[in-house]
Order: sequence, then C-alpha cells, then structure tokens
Amino acid sequence: MDKDKKGFFSKLKEGLSKTKKNLTDQIGNIVFKHKKINDEFLEELEEILITSDMGVETTMNIIDYIKDEAKKRKLEDTAEIKDVIKEYLVNMLQENDNEEDYKDKQRVILVVGVNGVGKTTSIGKIAYRLKQSGNSVIVAAADTFRAAAVEQLKDWCEKADVDIVASEQGSDPGAVVFDAIQSAKARKADVLICDTAGRLHNKKNLMNELSKIFKILDKEFSEAKIDVYLVIDATTGQNGIIQAKLFSETCGINGLILTKLDGTAKGGIAFPIVNVLKIPIKYVGVGEKIDDLQDFNPVDFVNAIFE
Amino acid sequence: MFENLSDKLQNTLSKLRGKGKLTEKDIDVAMKEVKMSLLEADVNYKVVKLFINNVKERALGAKVMESLTPGQQVVKIVHEELIKIMGQGESSLKINSNGITCFMMCGLQGAGKTTAAGKLAKKLKKDGKSPLLVACDIYRPAAIKQLQVVGESVDVPVFEMGDKTPPVKIVKEAIKHAMKNGNDIVLIDTAGRLHIDDQLMDELVQIKQAVNPDEILLLLDAMTGQDAIKVAETFNQYLDITGVILTKVDGDARGGAVLSIRNVVDRPIKFLSVGEKMDQLETFHPNRMASRILGMGDVLSIIEKAQDAFDEKQAIELQKKLKAQDFNLEDFLAQLQQMKNMGPLDELLEMIPGIGGNKKLKGLKVDEKEFVYIEAIIQSMTKKERLNPSIIKGSRRKRIAAGSGTSVQKVNQLLKQYDEMRKMIKKFSSMGTGKKKGLGGMGSFRMPF
Repeated sequence: MDKDKKGFFSKLKEGLSKTKKNLTDQIGNIVFKHKKINDEFLEELEEILITSDMGVETTMNIIDYIKDEAKKRKLEDTAEIKDVIKEYLVNMLQENDNEEDYKDKQRVILVVGVNGVGKTTSIGKIAYRLKQSGNSVIVAAADTFRAAAVEQLKDWCEKADVDIVASEQGSDPGAVVFDAIQSAKARKADVLICDTAGRLHNKKNLMNELSKIFKILDKEFSEAKIDVYLVIDATTGQNGIIQAKLFSETCGINGLILTKLDGTAKGGIAFPIVNVLKIPIKYVGVGEKIDDLQDFNPVDFVNAIFE
Repeated sequence: MFENLSDKLQNTLSKLRGKGKLTEKDIDVAMKEVKMSLLEADVNYKVVKLFINNVKERALGAKVMESLTPGQQVVKIVHEELIKIMGQGESSLKINSNGITCFMMCGLQGAGKTTAAGKLAKKLKKDGKSPLLVACDIYRPAAIKQLQVVGESVDVPVFEMGDKTPPVKIVKEAIKHAMKNGNDIVLIDTAGRLHIDDQLMDELVQIKQAVNPDEILLLLDAMTGQDAIKVAETFNQYLDITGVILTKVDGDARGGAVLSIRNVVDRPIKFLSVGEKMDQLETFHPNRMASRILGMGDVLSIIEKAQDAFDEKQAIELQKKLKAQDFNLEDFLAQLQQMKNMGPLDELLEMIPGIGGNKKLKGLKVDEKEFVYIEAIIQSMTKKERLNPSIIKGSRRKRIAAGSGTSVQKVNQLLKQYDEMRKMIKKFSSMGTGKKKGLGGMGSFRMPF
C-alpha cells in the first residue's frame, strides 16, 4: 500500500514540475527553437506573456516594443530578446515608484481589497515588520463584517506583539477607526494600520462605506501621512485592473500589495495596474508565515518571472 | 472597460451586412475579436486557441440567418459553443438515500470555502436534510471560529476539535459524531492551500481516503486569471474532484476561468456563490455564463431577481388595476417597495447588457435616496389623496412637503411623474398587452427620476 502511494506521489511530482516550468524555460525553448526573430517566435512569446495574466494590451505593447527595438538595435538573435523584455518590464515598474520622505510624521496605512485576497494576513506581516524595525504600531480591526475577522487579526497582533483596537462583529467600522485614531494620537504611535472588510469593487454601498472610513482618517488624523494600500491576489486575472481603478476612485490608492506569489501564478496583472494607474507595488506576500512579506524590488520581481 | 463582443463584431463586420454566407475571411476577422474577448475574460490562452479552431470549423459556410447580421451570427455560434462546453455533466449533488453523505470543499486560500460551506449547509437544511459542518482548517488563525459563526447564522451545528488535532482524525470523529446525532450530511471545510504545496495536498488525499466523500468540490474564485487551469488540474490530479463551485460571481469579473476548467478537467460547475448573505447560492446556468464571458450582460438573472422580489398576488392585482386604468399612488408606493426588494438598483443596472460596457452609462449613479423621498412624500398623504391624487392642490402640497421633510418642488415633481406614468399606462393597456407574472408590473414601471 505504502509503495503504491509513493509511486503515485512521485509520479504526481513529476507532472507538477512540468507545470512549474517557468517563463525562462519557456522563453529559452522558443529562443532555441527559432533562433531568429520572426512572426512565429513573436506569437509564442505573446502566449507566454498572456498566460502570466499581463493582459492583451500590455502584451501587445511589449511585442511592439520588441519589434521596434529589434529594428533599432539591429537585433536578429532571439537570445538577446530576453534582456530587452526584462529591461522594458523593470522600467515599467520603476517609473512609478517615488517614495516620499515622511520620517517625522505619524503614519496611517489603510488596507483595502476584494474578499479573500489576504488583507488581514498582510496586515499581520506588515505590523510585525514595522514593529521589528522599532516602530510602535496600533492596528484597527475595522473588518467588522466577516465572521471571526477580528479574532483572526487579534491572533496576528499577538504574534507581532502590537496593540489592537477592536469592537465586536457587526459594529460600525468607522467608529472603530475613529477610536483607533484617538488611541494612536494619545499613545503617539508611529504607525496605525487599518484592516477593512473585503468588498467587491462593484458594490456601491460597500464602496461608500470605505469612502466614509477614508474621510474619517483624512479629517480626524490630518497630521498623519495616510497611505492606502490595495491588496491584489497574484492569481487575479484581468478583473484586477477594474478593481484597482474603482478602489482608486473611492479612496486614492497609492500602493499595491501583491499576495500569494508563492503559488504558480505570476502576478502579471500587476504590470497593467502599475502601467495604467501609476500605482507602485510596495510589498509582495510569499507565504503564510509572519515574515513572508518582502519589500517590492522591480529587478528581483522581473528576474523571478524569468527565472 | 471591456467593450461588448457583439458591439465589436458589429463594427468589424458591418460591411458584410446583407451577405448570405460567412466566408473564411469574414470568420478570420471575427475570430480575432473573439480571441481578444475571451482572453480579456481570463480564458486560458491554450483553451482559447482550441476553442477558436472548433468554432471556426463550425462557422465556415454557416448560413447567416435572415434576422441576423453576420456579426450576430458569429456571436450566436460562439455563444452556442460556449454553452455546449460548459453545460456538460450533472450539476446536482449526489446525495445518498441511506446513511451519511459526505461533501468535501477544497481550494486556494481566500477562494470562499467557508462562506460557500455555510451557504451549502443552509440550502441542504432547507431541502430537509440535517447537515453537519466540520472545521478542518487548523492552520489559519480564527478559521474555526469563522465556521462556527457561519454555522450559527444558518443554524447548522459545527464539529471541531481545536487546531491541534490532525484533520484526518477530525473527519473520522466527525462521521461518528454525525451518526450519533442523526446528521445525514457531513460538510468538510478544509484549509485553503496552494496546489503546489505537496504536504498540504497530501493531507487532502488522506482526508479523502479516510471518509471517501460523495462529492469533492473545488472552490474557484471567479476573478482567477490564467493560473486557474493549473490549480484545477492539480487539485483534480490529487483528488479526482467531482465538481466546481464558482465564487464571488457577484463581482464584475467575466469568469472565463470556468471555461478553462471545463476544458481541462471536464468536471461540471455545480453552484455559483453570489454574495455574502447565506442564501446567495445559485444554480449554474451555462447560457448565462456564456453571455457573461462574452461581456453580454445577464438579462436572465435580472428577470429571475424580479420574479423573486415581486409578489405574484400583488402583481396580478396591479395588472387588473392597470387594465382598469385605475392606478393610484398607493399602487405606486407598493411597486416602489417591491423594486427595492430586488436589491441596490445600480447592481441591477450593471447586469443589463449594454450598460456594463457602456462608458457613459457606467458612471450613472442611481440615487437610492430619491426612493426615500418619494416614499416619505406618499406616506405623508392622506389615504384619500393617495387614491385620488388629482385633489392635491396648493395647500395640500405645502402640507405634504412639510410632513415629509421635503419641498413643494419635490412634491410637484412626484405628482408630475405620476401623471406621466398614468398616461403611459393608458397607452400601454390600450395596446392590450397582458404580460405574465410579476413582470407585468415591471413593464409599465418607469424610474421616477
């Protein structure tokens, strides 16, 4: 029985390593196959890019860019293409990353996103990081809607050893945020992180609620630097662009957190979001442990896609 | 953001109007648009290619029906193919008539397993079953608590053994517990996991071996992109899943992942999870999903919503009144309240084809406050006034405005709209259209703003 099982699993793993095959292998393959840049090569490249969720438009932009550059630089060899694509993607991501200096101010991070993208988990990790680097942190449990969301956040805060302001399920999230602001002021906390309930961006009522929360922060804590981070699941497809757009309209997103990058999803949707909406990526989530959150680094990210 | 496929095709193929047959060239042009549309809907690249080839074969030489333009004909063929692929398989759940039936829910983190488990429990309970929810997510903080809260809200017991017992043991104990307590369906909520996490995937296999579930359901987020295909493939390799529940369908993602999954693992879609309330679990309709993937709106869902919300008896009465041209403000108020039952208006508008993709209309905000004003105004009238609004003159208008906390202008506006509606109804009923069911009311109802 045990033997059978092993056979089954090793077979499975074999199959899986196939699916794990990443872009570099694939591009390597077509580079090897075609040698010269031709239509067939470009079509296969298009497939690779689209299957990373970059979307039709961004993919076409890249393909056009490659064609132009190939002409300009007189490239014929497909092997040189990889660097051209990398360069293009890194540029795209770097363009929009202009970190402001706000060392002297108190800071608020409002974390928003659709359901199930990993907001609460990301907050646990951010709180832990900031605490580790010597900040005093307060977390506001403003997801008063989802069952046991407050308990989940409490658990994280305990692990991160930071304070939490919470009320019971079903209470007004605006009131929780208001209380948290008061306590951040009183205790002179360096950072206040606000969790919010997951909401689909096309639900007007819930988006209005979010706008109210944002207004409370803006009004009651105007002396602080307010960051609004949108959490995007790396498995998200083209809907991510609409998500980012509508959340931006509601509460002015100025940073992205890309989660679940430890799966097979490439998180390619981040490219059109960064490109179209000019919002930089701040963090990437790569696991379920408290230290599985990394600062976003465009070069590393692009390299990882091609590794 | 996404243009409706039929609009796009209409433009590309507009020159072909009046042609009797689709030529290869026409189809190539059309298929380019279809391909883009499917990719924008997150259908997997490989699946798109396969699909396009199939459709192309079918479309070649197809006659353009008299009532259709070539563009519409292509959409029709594409639409039919989509329905064919997605509609295969049994969409109902396998329930044993004797003994315990066991369902197992699995999926990635944040797919909506726990919420869907609660919804399914509620549905089964409504069908006269006695379900038991089993908490097997021992990893995520407060996951057990979440299931307990969900269980409580649908009044279904939750079996748990804390977060220190291995899930395999929990499910075995849960079955014993169910037998002892007379539960006939055991619903296992497992922890979210990545499909490449071998250790956790093995755990699922062990759970499967321990209880031999009648249904193994993969929960898939409707927003999932190209990776859906790998997720489904892997879960299926490990577990041989029996079906899929698509979640977060109340978002505006077009859900092309469903098509990819159908193509790759060939398992039926059993349910759609469409909201955060516990009764928002819908049966899967391939034709609606096909329209959605093509960005063509979801008229049928609106009609169904309308049928749910409109009280049939009231509607029949209203219909009588309409025929007798005896429609007063009381009826108007009743109708308004039924409209409100259908849910936020802008959500309904989103589902209407042409609006979802229409840039101008997309920004249209329906002010639900208007409803509140209208209600307040009508409620501030005396019964006599409501039954016979023509008696409402100057001083009555002032009184109603004061009573409802609005202004005379608002009262005037409402009365004017009512008048217009009456005129419309007059025209309508003289045409002799007796519509069926609750929709009779809808047909004549014009938004009062």
